[in-house]
Amino acid sequence: MGNESLYYRFDVDGENFTSAGEASVQTKRILRRVGFSPDIIKRVSIAMYEGEINMVIHACGGVVELFIEEDKIKIILTDHGPGIENIDLAMQEGYSTAPDNIRSLGFGAGMGLPNMKRYTDSMEIESKVGEGTKITMTVNV
Amino acid sequence: MKMTDIARLLDCDVLCCEDQLGGHVYSACGSDMMSDVLAYVKNQAVLLTGLLNTQVIRTAEMMDMVCVVFVRNKMPSEEILRIAKESGIVVMSTKYRMYEACGILYANGLNRIEGDNRG
Ligand SMILES: Nc1ncnc2c1ncn2[C@@H]1O[C@H](COP(=O)(O)OP(=O)(O)O)[C@@H](O)[C@H]1O
Ligand SMILES: [Mg+2]
Repeated sequence: MGNESLYYRFDVDGENFTSAGEASVQTKRILRRVGFSPDIIKRVSIAMYEGEINMVIHACGGVVELFIEEDKIKIILTDHGPGIENIDLAMQEGYSTAPDNIRSLGFGAGMGLPNMKRYTDSMEIESKVGEGTKITMTVNV
Repeated sequence: MKMTDIARLLDCDVLCCEDQLGGHVYSACGSDMMSDVLAYVKNQAVLLTGLLNTQVIRTAEMMDMVCVVFVRNKMPSEEILRIAKESGIVVMSTKYRMYEACGILYANGLNRIEGDNRG
């Protein structure tokens, strides 16, 4: 890979539950091509996928950015949705504000944010109610 | 067990990626909640589910699973099959319900492995 870092940007369509996850699928392919280990690829793609799903079900879509650097992979998820009022609460396993129709689609168990934290080496949430949410995650390689 | 064995034991219609049926799998999980699959499943290669949408295939892909079995005769849409083909995931449909389908596979030796079989 050399010292160069790679950058990719994906738009996440908030109107379309069916296409949610496309950024994660693309990312998985990119990471495979670069040659990362299956474990690293799985951790990055699950964390991104949970974030992508959250953008679609809670925030009307957003942008996913992927930075492949020499010592780490960084993911930045940015949306202009409703924001998260209480981040500590949102991080608790099982806490979810998802409506029943989301649960009938197989999501909304309140495990997404905890899962993102578990699969990454660092995770930082910045959020302002009424303005949006920015989540930065890194996985060391 | 091979994926051909799953197809035979569950009397499945194989709907895509038939060429990969010879592949071996060692464990499976059954769930309608993709959130739970993402949170709790370890290294299961096969997902049995009664949920029918594109995110089932995406979840399977994220978890490095190689086969999805839709239970209760659920028939996936063209779109679901297109995504599965792109990802190289074998898709089958069985008439059995979740409980029966899981039981049949378990009784025939799937998941009888050491370690964590959660999910
Ligand atoms: N991007 C986001 N914008 C606004 N709220 C969010 C966002 N992501 C998560 N949340 C809030 O945090 C809660 C917990 O998220 P998560 O752990 O992924 O569980 P789930 O998505 O299953 O509800 C959500 O129910 C929602 O209230
Ligand atoms: Mg979530």
